[in-house]
Amino acid sequence: MRTEDLIKALDADASSKAMPLRSAWWLAAGAAIVVAAVVFLLTIGPRPDFMVAAHTMRFLSKFVFTIVLAATAFGLIRALSTPGASTARAVAWMAAAPLLVAVAVVLELFMVPEALWGTRMIGSNMMICMGFIPLIGIGPLAIFLWMLRYGAPTRPVLAGAVAGLLAGGLAATFYAAHCFDDSPLFVATWYTIAIAILALLGALGGRFFVRW
Amino acid sequence: MSGKDEAELSRLLRAAIAGDEKAYADFLHRIAALVRGFVRRKIVQGGVDPEDVVQETLLAIHVKRHTWRQDAPVLPWIYAIARFKLIDAFRRRGRRIEIDVDDIAETFAEPEVETVSERDINRALDGLPPAQRSVVSAVSVEGRSIGETALKFGISETAVRVSLHRGLAAIAKRFGQGRFGRE
Repeated sequence: MRTEDLIKALDADASSKAMPLRSAWWLAAGAAIVVAAVVFLLTIGPRPDFMVAAHTMRFLSKFVFTIVLAATAFGLIRALSTPGASTARAVAWMAAAPLLVAVAVVLELFMVPEALWGTRMIGSNMMICMGFIPLIGIGPLAIFLWMLRYGAPTRPVLAGAVAGLLAGGLAATFYAAHCFDDSPLFVATWYTIAIAILALLGALGGRFFVRW
Repeated sequence: MSGKDEAELSRLLRAAIAGDEKAYADFLHRIAALVRGFVRRKIVQGGVDPEDVVQETLLAIHVKRHTWRQDAPVLPWIYAIARFKLIDAFRRRGRRIEIDVDDIAETFAEPEVETVSERDINRALDGLPPAQRSVVSAVSVEGRSIGETALKFGISETAVRVSLHRGLAAIAKRFGQGRFGRE
């Protein structure tokens, strides 16, 4: 088939329509939030003293970290799934969540006596944290990987890893409403590991599933 | 490549997405020439046929045109796809290449030349289900219109459009997965 002939076929298919990628991403984000919410509510749900905890800085800070991670990853993944889009600014924004966590860790180390550092970091339910963040995030990750297939990422492995960070930020936002360990020392350790698991799964998905 | 090219190509693609077939044909011809110039300059040693990469790129641009943001420049989008497909073609043949973004600016449009070699796209076409294969061949190689193709096979125009769209999407997908044979 000559290129000339191929162009005839492509031109005859000009009327086929697909949803613009940008709108599709918002739809996917909405679907992912619903999936994460359903899994969260059907399994662990929010902690009983949610309303009381909502008045403490440590509890609220967890949501700041996770929502900032999800929002910045959402910005980056949209750029990564669009060929030729500039990613520099979105990459720079990805530093926001780790920086916020780092500042919170330093403050915590000043406020809490050294003898308690270990207890705060180990917390009371790290295994639940490491199990449920990936569990809540796996559905959203599948949606985001499917979206990467719908898009056209020229760096599929990186885009897949960012899909994992996005799913992780989203899942951790829900999980934070359940978790009794509010210390930044706990968050910096166990949330990070749980989200890294999703990022690794995402990178693998990007490598083997995101082909176009 | 110039600012005028950019403005003209994005105008054509916008019109094409809005349903203007003539603008789309014009757009595809122009980017085929641009991508050909880019790819030929990049492939210095043998192993990869430039025209195969041109065809893969055109198909990818077609099935991924919803990823272009209409307020963004179109040339960086086109070259990013061409570069990705070129690297993919080298990778499949076990070669590694590095491509700088900068020398895009030195690319010139080039016309298609006839070659005798078997095209990747023909092998991908052969792997399609019979109904899709015959519709895609009729519209491309035989140069029939949608209406003529519908008459030839005694099916509705809608059925032709569906088969054509699915057939093209399937070829693009095979390329993406590096499958060309008749599995």
